[in-house]
Amino acid sequence: MRSLTALRGSSSSHHSEIQMPSLKDFRQRIASVKSTKKITAAMKVVSASKLRRAQDSVAAARPYAERMERVVSNLTTGLSQEAREVLLLTGNGRADHHLIVPVTANRGLCGAFNSAVIRETRGLIADLVVSGKQVSLFCIGYKGCVIFQKDYSEKIVSFVEDLGNNVTLSVAETIGRRIVSLFEAGTFDVCTMVFNRFQSAISQVVTRKQLIPFPMVKSLAHEAHELSGTASMARALYEYEPSEEVILEALVPRNVTVQIFRALLESVASEHGARMTAMDNATRSANDMMNNLTLAYNRTRQAYITKELIEIISGAEAL
Amino acid sequence: MMLQFELVSPERLLFSEHVEMVVVPGCEGDFGVLFNHAPMISALRPGVLSVYRNGRVVERLFVTSGFAEVTGTTLTILAEEACVVDCLNRVEIEQQLARAKEALRVADTQQTRAEAERQVFVTETMLTAIRN
Repeated sequence: MRSLTALRGSSSSHHSEIQMPSLKDFRQRIASVKSTKKITAAMKVVSASKLRRAQDSVAAARPYAERMERVVSNLTTGLSQEAREVLLLTGNGRADHHLIVPVTANRGLCGAFNSAVIRETRGLIADLVVSGKQVSLFCIGYKGCVIFQKDYSEKIVSFVEDLGNNVTLSVAETIGRRIVSLFEAGTFDVCTMVFNRFQSAISQVVTRKQLIPFPMVKSLAHEAHELSGTASMARALYEYEPSEEVILEALVPRNVTVQIFRALLESVASEHGARMTAMDNATRSANDMMNNLTLAYNRTRQAYITKELIEIISGAEAL
Repeated sequence: MMLQFELVSPERLLFSEHVEMVVVPGCEGDFGVLFNHAPMISALRPGVLSVYRNGRVVERLFVTSGFAEVTGTTLTILAEEACVVDCLNRVEIEQQLARAKEALRVADTQQTRAEAERQVFVTETMLTAIRN
């Protein structure tokens, strides 16, 4: 069958007045779509299994990060005057120089995952520059590093290209320490992370999270004070053991690390979710494409056969 | 009234239940937390959290370090590392202790020595926790 059609295909090349795509072209295209489909389907399966693990670790890490945030936020409502010296918590009183930490993936082929973070970061940079602030970047993830290196190479103060296969607390700790030491050196006043927050396999939400200073709910706390004066005061005042200073000095950098850890885990889970969805779509459209191509291939083949029959019949009639 | 007790480590939520009392290894000594305890925040030392219900210890949990937040109705422990004491493996910990002691012996900088000393202390406390 194959040799027959091939023969017809080659014989048709003599009749160049009729422009029909050759059957060989069709077969090649079908084969290439098929192999693409195999790759995307395999990538989907891999992402699905990685997603399950990443999803579990995000779910497991969320309680700690949330409790930690709540504790620090409770703390800030009843700070003593000396504790306001913990700059990591209260900020250094300025907001002129921003450090942005975009978290991207190491690889592409994951839908809008990377571009969403990059777009958000660009928007943030543009806004800040317009309002006369200075901006620095701390890129995490290879994709972001490459893109931002092109456009904002003078703004990049530090970067982490590769997070490794699994995000551990110690990775977050290293990043946290670098950010804190940059802050202490006076490189920036405000630090914001931009990352994909994991909602479900098909939905990731680009999120901005301010790390330094701690985002205080000042207005809320003040309102509470005015509303129920003493009650909220009593709730806000903690006893500290060993002392407020020691606790804050340990707790606040810890909070930075933990929030980074959580953001990284969210980002990893989102990446696998995004890739799984993207590859699922790719596999499906490869299927559609294959169906259409096969249909076109069969039609063309039929057309060749019909044409040759006509030639034979008209040849016989002419005799 | 019961106390809402939560124990979380960076990797997971280990415990979230209503209990009668928890004895917490604070850095300046153990303290018991009952319902309506005065709000406080304390750093933790390596040791065992004892969870009480009906006057009896129902659960013993080991923490290496972290913070305790008491708000009157809730007790939240933010632990660096935590596990149930019954899950600790004596043989493994003895090996860890031997490694830590070895690390302490070869430690040359102040930082590595402090690290190793801490590790020795943590593992020794673990062994005591298992014995009791």
